Amino acid sequence: MPDLEELRRLRRARDRMDREFASPLDVAELARGAFMSPAHFSRRFRAAYGETPHAYLMTRRIERAKALLRAGAGVTEACHAVGCTSLGSFSASFTALVGETPSRYRTRRRGEVRGLSCCEVLRVTRPRRRRRDASSFGEAPRAVAV
Amino acid sequence: MAVSLSQSHILVDDPDAALPFYRDALGLEVAADVANAGYRWLSLVAPGHPDVLIVLEQPEAGRSPENGEALAALLAKGELGPVHFRTDDLDATLEAIRSTPGATVVQEPVDQFWGVRDAAVRDPAGNLLRIEQAR
Repeated sequence: MPDLEELRRLRRARDRMDREFASPLDVAELARGAFMSPAHFSRRFRAAYGETPHAYLMTRRIERAKALLRAGAGVTEACHAVGCTSLGSFSASFTALVGETPSRYRTRRRGEVRGLSCCEVLRVTRPRRRRRDASSFGEAPRAVAV
Repeated sequence: MAVSLSQSHILVDDPDAALPFYRDALGLEVAADVANAGYRWLSLVAPGHPDVLIVLEQPEAGRSPENGEALAALLAKGELGPVHFRTDDLDATLEAIRSTPGATVVQEPVDQFWGVRDAAVRDPAGNLLRIEQAR
């Protein structure tokens, strides 16, 4: 029997990342909220959702950054608006997940998903890591382009 | 030929926790409350829409233990839904939801360009619900 109470705590942590991605969240804080050690939390989260909490938080931030860039925001503005503090690591993560730099993405994709509802936009534009590329704290070397 | 939705089922782990959410916070009315073989089926209707039943049932009810467990795990993980509801007063609906034990607002109201203002919430079981108001 799966540990349903543990799964509920993982769900609340994931909801918190979806909701509070723009604040300085980290895995240690999320693990505390889920009453687990950071290592155990990361392992159980990955078993439940197929990627580590760190990877989930980054893909959530990049997905939001993509939406802001499509709406015309500047790269620095988008970076800070989604809770990333370093423009360099934001750009590196973005490029690794999306397959192009944020500024190139901004130029090419503006207005592209207009007409989709917001939950469809989230599903369609959320960067996907291939399972084998997802490492505990690593950026995916390749990502499936969407 | 005319086809329309007559009932839809929502899985909940705990009917006693679900009832305050669906009946008291959302304002649905209980049309039937049936217990059988240790499980409970709650049928609710929205005021003015008696012909569309919303049935709350447990993941394990009427399924193999393996499939019941699999669905219970998906529900606990928050992978079931979304179910969409409309309201004529989103703020009042959210206020009622916020005061319901176990329910959480996961997305605050946002004006959407297709003409609604909507929010996302989780019921006490973990289902994702989107609630929208025309504007």
